[in-house]
This record gives sequence, C-alpha cells and structure tokens, in this order.
Amino acid sequence: MTATDLGLPSIGGLDGVPTTEDKQTAKDFTSDQEVRWCPGCGDYAVLAAVRQFLPTLGIKRENTVFVSGIGCSSRFPYYLNTYGMHSIHGRAPTIATGLATSRPDLSVWVVTGDGDALSIGGNHLIHALRRNVNLKILLFNNRIYGLTKGQYSPTSEVGKVTKSTPMGSLDHPFNPISLALGAEATFVGRALDSDRKSLTSVLGAAAAHRGSALVEIFQDCPIFNDGSFDVLRKGENENRLIPVTHGEPIRFGAEGEDGLGSHAVVQKGFGLEVVEAASVDPSQIVVHDGGDHELAFALSRLSDQDLTHTVTGIFRQVERTTYDDAARAQVQQAKDAANGEADLQKLLDGRDTWTIVA
Amino acid sequence: MTTSDTPVETRDSQVVQRDRVVIRFAGDSGDGMQLTGDRFTSETANFGNDLSTLPNFPAEIRAPSGTLPGVSSFQLHFANYDILTPGDRPDVLVAMNPAALKANIADLPQGGVLIVNTDEFTKRNLTKVGYEANPLEDDSLEDRYAVHGVAMATLTRGALEETGLSKKDAERSKNMFALGLLSWMYHRPSESTERFLREKFAKRPDLAEANILAFRAGHAYGETTEAFAVTYEVAPAKLAPGTYRQITGNTALSYGLVAAGRTTGLPVFLGSYPITPASDILHELSKHKAFGVTTFQAEDEISGVGAALGAAFGGALGVTTTSGPGVALKAETVGLGVALELPLLVIDVQRGGPSTGLPTKTEQADLLQAMFGRNGEAPLPIIAPCTPGDCFAAAVEAAAIAVKYRTPVMVLSDGALANGSEPWKVPDADSLQPVDPGFATEPNAPDGSGEFWPYLRDQDTLARPWAIPGTAGLEHRIGGLEKADGRGSISYDPDNHDRMVRLRQAKIDGIEVPDLVVDDPHGDADMLVIGWGSTYGPINAAARRVRTLGHHVATVQIRNLNPMPANLGEVLGSYSTVLCPEMNLGQLAMLLRAKHLVDVKSYTKVAGLPFGAEELQDVFLDYLTGTHPHATHAATNGAQA
Repeated sequence: MTATDLGLPSIGGLDGVPTTEDKQTAKDFTSDQEVRWCPGCGDYAVLAAVRQFLPTLGIKRENTVFVSGIGCSSRFPYYLNTYGMHSIHGRAPTIATGLATSRPDLSVWVVTGDGDALSIGGNHLIHALRRNVNLKILLFNNRIYGLTKGQYSPTSEVGKVTKSTPMGSLDHPFNPISLALGAEATFVGRALDSDRKSLTSVLGAAAAHRGSALVEIFQDCPIFNDGSFDVLRKGENENRLIPVTHGEPIRFGAEGEDGLGSHAVVQKGFGLEVVEAASVDPSQIVVHDGGDHELAFALSRLSDQDLTHTVTGIFRQVERTTYDDAARAQVQQAKDAANGEADLQKLLDGRDTWTIVA
Repeated sequence: MTTSDTPVETRDSQVVQRDRVVIRFAGDSGDGMQLTGDRFTSETANFGNDLSTLPNFPAEIRAPSGTLPGVSSFQLHFANYDILTPGDRPDVLVAMNPAALKANIADLPQGGVLIVNTDEFTKRNLTKVGYEANPLEDDSLEDRYAVHGVAMATLTRGALEETGLSKKDAERSKNMFALGLLSWMYHRPSESTERFLREKFAKRPDLAEANILAFRAGHAYGETTEAFAVTYEVAPAKLAPGTYRQITGNTALSYGLVAAGRTTGLPVFLGSYPITPASDILHELSKHKAFGVTTFQAEDEISGVGAALGAAFGGALGVTTTSGPGVALKAETVGLGVALELPLLVIDVQRGGPSTGLPTKTEQADLLQAMFGRNGEAPLPIIAPCTPGDCFAAAVEAAAIAVKYRTPVMVLSDGALANGSEPWKVPDADSLQPVDPGFATEPNAPDGSGEFWPYLRDQDTLARPWAIPGTAGLEHRIGGLEKADGRGSISYDPDNHDRMVRLRQAKIDGIEVPDLVVDDPHGDADMLVIGWGSTYGPINAAARRVRTLGHHVATVQIRNLNPMPANLGEVLGSYSTVLCPEMNLGQLAMLLRAKHLVDVKSYTKVAGLPFGAEELQDVFLDYLTGTHPHATHAATNGAQA
C-alpha cells in the first residue's frame, strides 16, 4: 500500500534533491578508478546496473552520496563519480544518518555486505531502519566473508565449511528480510545481481521511497562461495524464484495456460504455501500487498534459507514519517518560535546576572 | 513556630563578618540535596560572592534509603574574594539523617557547625548505618562541634499543616526548610529561590506554595529561636568588572558549542549517547534548536560519533559528547576522522575508571587515551578547560581549531568541572572571533587538469580543502584507506604512506596555540607546579597558601595538551623542581618527561575527588623545604627569609 492509496500527503525520496535537465549517462557516473574486484564477482553486475540506473533519477550528480563500510562491496563508492565515503566496518548507516539528517538536498546511499551490515554493524542497521532515515541501503549478500579471505558470515548456512570452521559452522543464519521487517523497515526489497531488470526496478522504487529502504542483493563470490545462487539462475529455477508485485496475484514458474506462472502462493493457516496454480481456485491465490506486514514477513520465510522458495521484488513499502524530516521540522519549529535569529547574548546571560563595576 | 506570613519581632542576633565559608549539605539521595545546594549557590551568586561548588552523589538513582551508599552531598565555598576551589572541609555541615552524619562528620573540623535533622535519628535509621547509640544523645558530638538539632520534618509538617498535603508529601519539603535556615544564617537573598520554586512547580502551584512555605519556615525558625545566636555575613567579592552569572561546566560547554555554531556559521550537529557525567550537555543542547542545533540521540556511542562525522562530511559542525568508556568505543571512528581530515569535536567529560569505574566521580585519567587511544599514528589536538566557566572558551577554541585545520579535536573536561559551578564573566557574544569554514568551491589540481584533489594541502596550515556534497565539479571519494598525497586516491605506496603519516603529524604539531603564562608573583621561584584541567583550582589555591607562608612558588596551567605550547620546554628548563599533581598515576608527567627529558615530580591521587588545597599545600611545602623523600632540592627562596 502506498501513501497515495491511503490518501496521505506523499513526499518522494528524492524531493528536495536538486534536479538537472542535462542528459546524464553511465559514463558520467563512472570515476577514474580502476575497478579491483575479482573476475566473475557479482559486484560488477551491480555496479553496472547502478551506473546505468543513477542517470535515470534526473538528480544532480553532485547531490548524490554513496557511503560504505568495509568489505569487498564497500569499495563501491570509489567507482562512482559522485561524492563518496569508504568508512569503517559496520558504521556506514551511522555516517549516512548524520549526513541525511543534516542535508535534505542529498540522495544518500549505503553500500554494505552481509558481514558489514549484519555482523559488526547489526545494531546500526536495525536502528537506521526503525528510525526511517531517508537513505537507501544496498545489502550485498554473498553469504561469505570475501575480503578477509573466506570465513563464514551471519548469512552462511549452518555447517558451512570455511577456513575458520573446518568442521562446519555452528550458528544459525539471519534472514535479512525478516530482520529488516522486524526492525520496522518501511521499505524492504530483494533482487538477484544478474537480473538487471528487476534489480533496477527495485532500486528505482527504493530511490523514490521517502525513508530507509533496504534492498538485499544476492550476489556471488566466485572465489570463496562460488555458485551459491546458481540454483536461482538456471535449470530448475522456475519454481524457486518468486517475483512479487504489489496488487498482483503471486504466480510464478513456467507460464501456464492463462499466461501466468504455473505455481502460486496461497494461505495456509497463519502462513503461506506454494502450490500448483491449477490445483486451487484463483480466488485463493494471495494478491501481494506491500502494506501488509504479516504477508511480507510470511513471504520472507516461505522456505528455509536453502533457496527452495526465494521471493524477489518489494516485500514491504509503507509510508511513515522519516526521522530526518521530523528532526529538521523540530529545528524549524524552534527557529520559528524564536522569530528567526535566536539571541545568543540572551542565552549566555541566563536568568540571573549581576554586574561588578570598576 | 511562626511562618513569615506573621510579622515577628526579630531577635538581636550577633552578626559576624567572614571572608569565606564552606557549607556542605548532606542527606539521602532522595532528600533533594543537589537542588538545595544548587539554590543556595544561586542565592550566593546573586549576592555577588565568588563561589565554587562540589556536588558529590552516588551513581545509583535511589540507593536504599538511609544507607551510607545512598548519601548525596553538595559542598559550596563562597567568599568575599576570588577563590579557586570548593573548599577542603566544611565550616558548616547540614546532615539530614544518620547516614549523612556518619559519612561526612570526619570532614568537619573541630569547632565546626553541625546542623542535624533530628527526626531521622530513629533507632532503625541509626542501626542501619551501624550507630549503636544515638550520637546526638551522648557528648561525643557536643564536645567537638557546635551542634544544632532541628526537627526539620516535624517543623516542615507543622508549617504545611493548612495546605492539606499528606504527611509524606509535606515532609518532602524539609530540604527547603534547611535551605531557608541556612539562607537566614548567611543573609542570602531569597527572592530568586521563591521565583525558582514557582517556575519549577508551575504545573503544581500547590507544591510550589508548599516548598515556599517550608523555605520561609526555615528562615523564620532561625530568626525566632534562641538556638542560633550568630549569623554570618560574607561581603560580595571584588571580582574583575563585568557582568557575571553562575554556571556549571556542562552548561558552559553546551553554550560554547552553540556559540561555535555562530562563530563558524555552521549548523551544529550533536550525535550522542547518554553517559554520566556528560548527558547534561545533550540535554542542554537539545533545548537550543532555535540556534540551528540538531541533537541526535544515537543507538550507541559509535553511532553518535559516526553521525557527527557524517554531518561534518556534509558541512556541519559535528560534535559528539561522552565520557571515558564512550571515548574507547568511538576510537575507531575518531581515527577515521583523523584519516578523512574533517572537523569533529569529541567532548570527553572524564570520570573514574577503568571500565565503568566511578560514573559520578571525577578523575583525569583519559589524557593518554585522548593522546594515543587510536590505532596507527592518529594525532589530534587536545584542549583541557581549567574551570567550569572555561569550558565555554574551550569549546569555542576547539571548534576554531577543528575547522581551520580540518581535524577532530578532543576536549577533556571532567566530572568536577562538569557539575561544579562558579561565577562566570559573561562574554560579549558579538566579540567572539568568527571562523571562516572556507569550503572549497573550485577544482584545484595543480596540473591544470580541472580535477579536484581532496588532499592538496594549504601550505601554511597543512589543512586539506573541505568540499561538501552538492558542490558541482568537486565530486570525490574519501575513506579510511591511505590516500595519495594531494590527489587523494587510494595508495599503498610505501613512501607515500610514510609521507602522509608525517604530514598528518606535522599538521597537528603546527597548530598555533598560545604560549604558557607562568604565575610567579615573586619572579624568582625555583619550583614550578604544572597542572592541567580541573587541578588548576587546588594547585593555585595551595600556591597562594604557601606564598602566604613566605615561600616562592610558580604555577602554570597547560590548557593546550596537544600540541603543547611552544615555550613549554623553556619554561620547564627554568626551574630546578617541577611538580605535576594529577588525578591519575602521572600521565602528563610521563608526557613531559618523555618529550622534554625533565625530571618532573609527580604527585597523584585517584580518589574520585578533587585535590584539597591543604593537601597540595603540604606537598608543596615538603618539596620547598626539602623534606619530601623525592625532593631533589631544598631550594626555597622565602621560607627562611
């Protein structure tokens, strides 16, 4: 459900950011730095998509800022000819929060990974989401630590054999979408690195969203976790990948006789299940609703994190006052109450002064 | 018992003139001792005395009532001349219960005035703190002190009988009774307290009136009973001409940050996480949004400084406020600020450590953490204010340095400064020195390529350009990875790293700070006492004392701890004995020894309380007379003269 559906005054994610009439291209957004990811890294696909996508926003390049933490994906800002900061491990959301709160004229993006966002920076991620600061978080999830050379991450499957877990990892992984929803995120989406079209579509919706947007991007690490998402890319992927669109029945898989997918999502108890579309009455098929928190949560947990059922698209999109808008409004309110210029001398003098004469 | 509504015939009491008085109010945490002390301070400030205060309270909000750990006290020293410390020992102790008596009586010198709330001296309360017998009923106190037992709760209840308040609510005003009594004893003006109570309880006029009644009852009690034969007058102090107000260190620091927003023309962005004893700065700044101040209460210490640094990247005056444990958590982000070379203010209101330590007590053991507590060579300027009022100037100066040199700056306040108060000569807001942030607006590449080089330094200050997002043509990326000198792109080149490390150090070393000014009234002292931070008061109070005894001693305060003043080496070399008292185990002494190869003597105490003037006087005398075991010289100019 969007604000328009609810009849609320709508303010877009890019409102207040200066626009340009100049034609911009991917090349304009490409910096002079040589890209240094491993050959075959999924980050290349995302970078190419973002370089293509940014010019379509029509905002001034100098008003675009990418902030990252530490990890392979966090090198991202260096490769974009925007303003950028490559900060420290896990802390990018904090820096972006200060920047977005003090500068409403900027489009602020955070680039982070599964280790950066969900392990060392987990606290900042959930608080940025609940505050609903107007920033867009791209969470590159390759389910492994790449930059430190191949330890398991908080999204690795249990039993993962890595350098630090030769007998298999022991801890249960986070479900990033469930986590974001639990943290009261107002926008939660997911895309596959190689699916340029749907990735761009989710990014566009995130940019237009006023508030914190979390976009999980499944992305391969060819060196330490090669082929981890292959089951979603080829062969039997039809019944695994479930793209959802607000207002449309959830159908997926090979095209059926009615031109929609062979499979569908229906309700089962308080949860959801996947069935063959032909086996149920069409009225039973769940129509996706981005304003339905329970539905979004159920979709995020349609299967274990073994990629049996993997929903992509926008799980949730709702409108809620952003922290930064509200913080600026309080400052403005106080300024208005003081009729513009607050009196510093009056503040320093306080209530009780006494004077000593020479 | 009469309230002041009824005119009373004033007894002729003897009025004694005093130069200075120290009063300590002590009671249970729930007795309102801090408020009582604060009001007496305000009255005293209004009267025009010089003053200095020492609040001392437990970390627990409400420790078990009536117990020793629950005792909260407030000490106030006021005088008709300029004083430097809150006083070593009270002349008057007000004890609201047996625990307060037991915890404080050892500090009251023989002959001191002891005012006790007798109502609380029940068997149960006495047992709770280990008194086997009521000390008010034997001669143990009477022999040593001028004891005044006053049934404060009973008298307060009587005064409030007609208000209809419950017994319990009425008794809660007994602290105002005590305040009224002391206000009478010391001829304090009472209008401001009555006005304060009306404002504080604006939403509960009944409570405002009850407190005012109790206050007046205390006043009238002193006036009408025979118990108090003497009242005291302390004439206004002859301070330097100007307009004064009373201020605490945390308030002064907050105002300094607001003022820094004005001097730099930048919006102030505070990212902070609540921590004792720094939280009051967050509280205070959150009230001043009209000055363009944004306050962000973060999810943790790291987020607080991260948000401040992010705001600084966007062109705001980024500030974070904390205490020692928070500085530890922020260290990595502050290091990023050093690498990014962005302005950032880090305010450390030091408290007892290590770890959680003594949250409400003072200490100055974060100096080395401030200097070195980051990975790599990560130098930053450090400023330590020396009095509560000086916290204002320290904040303004820190902002000026941060903006001019594009660097994080650490301000080291401490618990004693933060909560202590003094009369403050209010600065003229228009006379504050403006600072031009000088944002970069044009490409600067020396090769004429039209590029922007974010690390091309100013030749004088070595500061880099500050180009904020939204500036067309200056898009650039910065980060924690080492950068190529000038161009600013990532560089792993060994020579470049060596050069950048040295450049960052040279930039900090080159910051202009004022020369030290030594206080040596005789001009021929052989011994120098060197201090930093809040030890300024006790060091100089002690120096006055030993000078009065005929000795010659010089004192000097290092306000800029990094870089240190250029004439420091010369000053240190001019004295045969250099003594450095610190509330740590000798951190500044270590730095001075390391940098200047001078045999600095260290006197240390880490008790959570400021030094007493008498304590330091004895230490100074030991050195001056050569009786200190570590004294290398028996040199004294005046003692034997």
